Amino acid sequence: MSSVFKYAGQGVFYAALAALIGYFSTTPAYRHFPEDQALLRLAFNHGGAPVTECRKRTREELAKLPPNMRKPQSCPRGRVSLAVELALDGETIYRDSAKPTGLFGDGPSKIYQKFALPVGRHKIDVRMRDSRRESGFDYERTFDLDLGPRHSMVIDFRAEGGGFIILK
Amino acid sequence: MKFIQSLLRRGFEPMEAALSRVFTPAWNPFYQLGAIGFFFLWIVVASGVYIYIFFDTSIHGAYSSMERLTYDQWYFGGVMRSFHRYASDGMVVVMALHMLREFALDRFRGVRWFSWATGTPVIWLVIISGITGYWLVWDQLAQYIAVNTTEWLDLLPIFGGTIARNFLTNTGLSDRFFTLLVFLHIAVPLFLVFTLWIHIVRVSRAKVNPAFGLMAGITLMLLVLAFIKPALSQPPADMALVPGELAMDWYYLAFFPLLDSWPGNLVWAFAGIATLLLMVVPWLPRGRRVPAAVVDLDNCNGCTRCVEDCPYNAVTMMPRSDGKPFPQEAVVKPKLCVGCGICAGACPSSTPFRRAVEPITGIDLPDRPIKVLRQDTEQAAARLTGPSSILVYSCRYSVAAKDLENSNIAVVDLPCIAALPPSFIDYVLSRKLADGVALVGCPDSGCYNRFGVEWMKDRIDRKRDPHLRQRVPRDRIAALWIGRFEKAKAKRELQAFSQHLAQMTPAHSEEDAGVKRV
Repeated sequence: MSSVFKYAGQGVFYAALAALIGYFSTTPAYRHFPEDQALLRLAFNHGGAPVTECRKRTREELAKLPPNMRKPQSCPRGRVSLAVELALDGETIYRDSAKPTGLFGDGPSKIYQKFALPVGRHKIDVRMRDSRRESGFDYERTFDLDLGPRHSMVIDFRAEGGGFIILK
Repeated sequence: MKFIQSLLRRGFEPMEAALSRVFTPAWNPFYQLGAIGFFFLWIVVASGVYIYIFFDTSIHGAYSSMERLTYDQWYFGGVMRSFHRYASDGMVVVMALHMLREFALDRFRGVRWFSWATGTPVIWLVIISGITGYWLVWDQLAQYIAVNTTEWLDLLPIFGGTIARNFLTNTGLSDRFFTLLVFLHIAVPLFLVFTLWIHIVRVSRAKVNPAFGLMAGITLMLLVLAFIKPALSQPPADMALVPGELAMDWYYLAFFPLLDSWPGNLVWAFAGIATLLLMVVPWLPRGRRVPAAVVDLDNCNGCTRCVEDCPYNAVTMMPRSDGKPFPQEAVVKPKLCVGCGICAGACPSSTPFRRAVEPITGIDLPDRPIKVLRQDTEQAAARLTGPSSILVYSCRYSVAAKDLENSNIAVVDLPCIAALPPSFIDYVLSRKLADGVALVGCPDSGCYNRFGVEWMKDRIDRKRDPHLRQRVPRDRIAALWIGRFEKAKAKRELQAFSQHLAQMTPAHSEEDAGVKRV
C-alpha cells in the first residue's frame, strides 16, 4: 500500500474516532422533563411521638439500676410512624406511613416524594399525623400554587415553624 | 457465549487487518487499546491539573470560572477543557473495545482471571470520575446529575436518605458539599490509577504507552475536535427549574435515563447483577484448564531463556535444588501458567535431533511434550505425497490450517507458534521431510499469547535465543501471520509458497546442509 493511501487511511480512522467521541459526547439530546409539567417535591425529616407515654419508675426499679442511671422516668426509644397525605385539587394522590429510621426505630421518619403536575394553578393539601392517635392529622396546610413550565417547588416541614412551608 | 465470541471476532478481525495495513502492525490501535486508554488518562490528568488552577471550588463560583476559562482563554484553557472531556470519552471508548476484544479472544480465563476481575472496578471508577467531573461544572446537566445521583444514593441505607436534601433549592446549596465533590473528583481518579496498576501487575511487559505515532495522531485528533466542537457548559443550574432537554454525554451518563423510568432499587439491582456477571465471566463454563508446564531438572541448566520468553511471568529462577553445578533452576508457578508452550520453544534442550535417547527437554508441556511434537511432525510429513510439499506449523488461535491439508500440505497444530523450537524447522528441511516449512500464527502484534509471533520472528532472524541455525535455507520458510477467519488468504499464500518451492532446486540434502545424524 502506498504511503499516500496509508496516511489517508489513518486520517479516516482518526476522523471516525473523533466523530464517534464528539457525537455521543452531547447527542442525541435527552428530554428529562416535559415542558408542560412542573415538579412538586414533598421532602422533610421529622420524628414522630414516642410509641408510648413515659412511665414513672417505681422505687424497686430505681434501686435495681446503677446510681448514675436512676432517672425517675422510663421513656421508650421507638417512635410512631408518620401518616402523610397529599391531595391535588381535592384528590388524594399520595398517602403513606413513614416508618422511623434507626435500628431501634428511634430516628426521624424521612419523606422524599416527587410529583409531576400539569402546569397551571393548583390547590395542594398536605396533612401529617405524628402523634399516637389513630385518626385525624396533627398538621394540615393548603397551598395555592401557580406552577409554570418545569417549575420546581418543595414543601418542607418545620415543627418549630408551625408546620408545612414552601421552601424558597 | 461461544457464538457471541465468534461474532465479535468476525467483527474485529477485518478491522484489525485493515488497520494493520494502514498503520502497520506495530502501530495498529486495536493491538494496544489498553495502552491508548492509559494515554487518554494521562491527557485527562494533565488537562485536569490545568483546569483546576482556574477553577473556583465554590458552588456559586464554579460555573462562572468555567465560562471564563472557556471563553476568555479559548486558545488554551478552552482547548484544555475540550481535551479533558474528549480524552475522558475516548477512555470509555477504548475501555469498551479493550474489554470486548479480550472477551472475543477468550483472553479472560485461567491465569487471566486476575486482569479481567480487576478490570471490572476500573469501569466503575472511570464512570464515577466522569460523573463527579460533570457535576463540578454546575450547569443544568450538573443539576440533573446531582439530583438523580443523590436520590439514587439515598436508597442505600448507609446514606440515610438525606443527601438529596442538599439539592432542593438554590439557597440550600452548600459550598462544603461542593468541596467534597471536588475532593472526590481528585481522589477517585487517583484510586483509579492505583486500580489500573493492580490490573496490570501480573502482566509481564505490560504495554502502557502506545506507539509514538499513535500518541501524536490522537493528540492531533483531540486538538482538531477541540476547535471544531469545543466542550461547553449548558445554561447555569437553577434549582427553581427542572432541567428539560439536556445534551448528554452518553459515554458517562447513559444509565441516568434509567433512573427516570425505572425504580431506583431496580437500577441498583441491575448495576449489581451486571457487575457480578462481569466479574464471574472468567469462571463460566468452557474453562478447559490446560496442564501447566513442568521442569525436568536433568535437562535444565538454568539458562533463563524460558523466564525471558514467558509472557505470563509463570517461570522464575530459584537456587539449584539438585546439586548440579549450575547456580539456578527454572521453577514454574502452575497458577500463572496458561500452557502456551513458549517456554518449551525457548529451551535449548528442545531438539528433535536426538535419536539415541528419547527427546526430553528442560521445560515441557505434559499434554504435548517435545517427543510427541516430533512424532506429530513425522506423521504429518508421512502424509505428504505431492510435489513442493509444505509442512505447516500452525498456532491453534490462528486460521484453522488443518482445513487446508492436501497431498502437499500437512499441518501440525501448536498452542502457540513460539511453542515450536526452531530446531524443528532445521529438522524438517535437513531430513527432507518436506520441501518447505510454513509457520502460521496470529496476526503480527496481535498474538493470542502476546509475544509468540514476535519471539518466533526474532528466533528465525537470529535476534533471540534459541536461534534458527544459519545453515537453514530461509527461502524454504514461509511465515503467515493471519487471523482466524482469513482461510482464503492462507490458502492463497500457501499455494504461492508451493509454487515458489517448485521453482527451486530440490531441498538441500543433509550432507549439503552439513548435518550429521546423531
